[in-house]
Amino acid sequence: MTVRALRPLTILTVILLAVGFGMAFFYAPLDVDQGFRQKIFYLHVPLGIVGLCGFVLGGIHGLINLRTGSPESDLRSYVTIHIAQIFSVMVLITGSIWGRTAWGHWWSWNEPFLVSFLIVFLMYCTYQPLRLSIDDPRRQARAASVFAVVAGVFVPINFAVVRLAAQQLHPRTLNSAAEGDMPGSVLLTFLLCFLAIAVLYATMVRYELLSKSTTFRLRALERRVGGDDLIPRRSSVPQA
Amino acid sequence: MRGLRITWAVLRKDLLLERRSFELLPAMALLAIGTMVVLKFSFDQDEISGSLAAGGLIVPLLFAALLGISRLFAGEERDAGIHQFLLSPAPPGAILAAKVAGLALVLAALEVVLVPAFGLLLLGPSLFPVLPQVVLVLILLDLTLATVGGLVAGMALGTRSRELIVPIMVVPLTIPALIAAQKALAPVLAPGADPLVWRWPAVLAIYAVVLALVGSVVGEYLVED
Repeated sequence: MTVRALRPLTILTVILLAVGFGMAFFYAPLDVDQGFRQKIFYLHVPLGIVGLCGFVLGGIHGLINLRTGSPESDLRSYVTIHIAQIFSVMVLITGSIWGRTAWGHWWSWNEPFLVSFLIVFLMYCTYQPLRLSIDDPRRQARAASVFAVVAGVFVPINFAVVRLAAQQLHPRTLNSAAEGDMPGSVLLTFLLCFLAIAVLYATMVRYELLSKSTTFRLRALERRVGGDDLIPRRSSVPQA
Repeated sequence: MRGLRITWAVLRKDLLLERRSFELLPAMALLAIGTMVVLKFSFDQDEISGSLAAGGLIVPLLFAALLGISRLFAGEERDAGIHQFLLSPAPPGAILAAKVAGLALVLAALEVVLVPAFGLLLLGPSLFPVLPQVVLVLILLDLTLATVGGLVAGMALGTRSRELIVPIMVVPLTIPALIAAQKALAPVLAPGADPLVWRWPAVLAIYAVVLALVGSVVGEYLVED
């Protein structure tokens, strides 16, 4: 894979993002209750859904790694989780911005989506420290894959439990869409933004995979030049 | 069947070692009761009940469990015991299953001390009428803590900073179980003792079963070499 091979996907991502968010600002009507602040949902909700799916995808790659021992699936698991972590930070930031404008404060412990997202985020924050604390690459891959599988299963359970336990202040975007409460223009814009964010995720994953495989090739060349005396750097990134 | 026999043998060995050395259980009990004393002064109330009481029972248990989890493979890591185990034809998952069962038993033994101490030190309403409900919720919570603990201790095997990795991984993974236990215990420990809401023990049981199933699929990979 080369940067040139990723060009069509990059162009598609840029077009989808431009069209999706252009529609969010200039085509989708203003929400009667929430006004302009509702526009953040076109970014916040897709980021959240795609981020969570990314964590589950990381678990699937982790399971493949456990079954096959293939370093590539460990790398895929690492990269999908890493990009999902970045999306999760964005979800927490955009959610807090929305909360500040809607509720008057940045955080609400009564809001199950916020709390469960924070729990998931905190859990995945331990992924890199776990990898970094294991020197043996094979053992690192195996422990990280087990973590990815357990955490991937944990994500939906955690959401269900927190949702059962707390009151719900957060608007239910997907419920509104399923019940047909969402106007057609809003639904179309939301779906397009969702597609744009999903493609953005896929593009970022492909770029990071490319970056890591290039780094591995570079290190292999360094080893050939430097010989066996070259001490490998400690890293949480899978070592091919 | 052979796996079960080996699990039982490892479990019996661990329990025997603990009975002879008697170091983990007293340390866990001291930490849990010490935490209760801290909570007593933090709450600044003579007696607590309801949600506060549920938290006052669960938090010391979690701290004690963290101590137990970080020591779970201590015996095997000493003198490369884990390598000797793996040289034998025993299935690798058996040792993890034994550790989970052992931790659940240690937590249950700890609660024999912890629950009366909680009744004496913190709780306002009498504990006796609601004891069966409290015991049921605690058993389910023990199973969940033990399963999470076994998996995390397995992941942390061979890491350079296990004492850092274990708590930061265990706490987020147990939050759904802690929420369910808190929601189950809060009405039971309230003045007048409302009946147990069965949804929460069910959530605890489902969480424990799902984790055990995941553990049975991936656990063997944790103790492979």
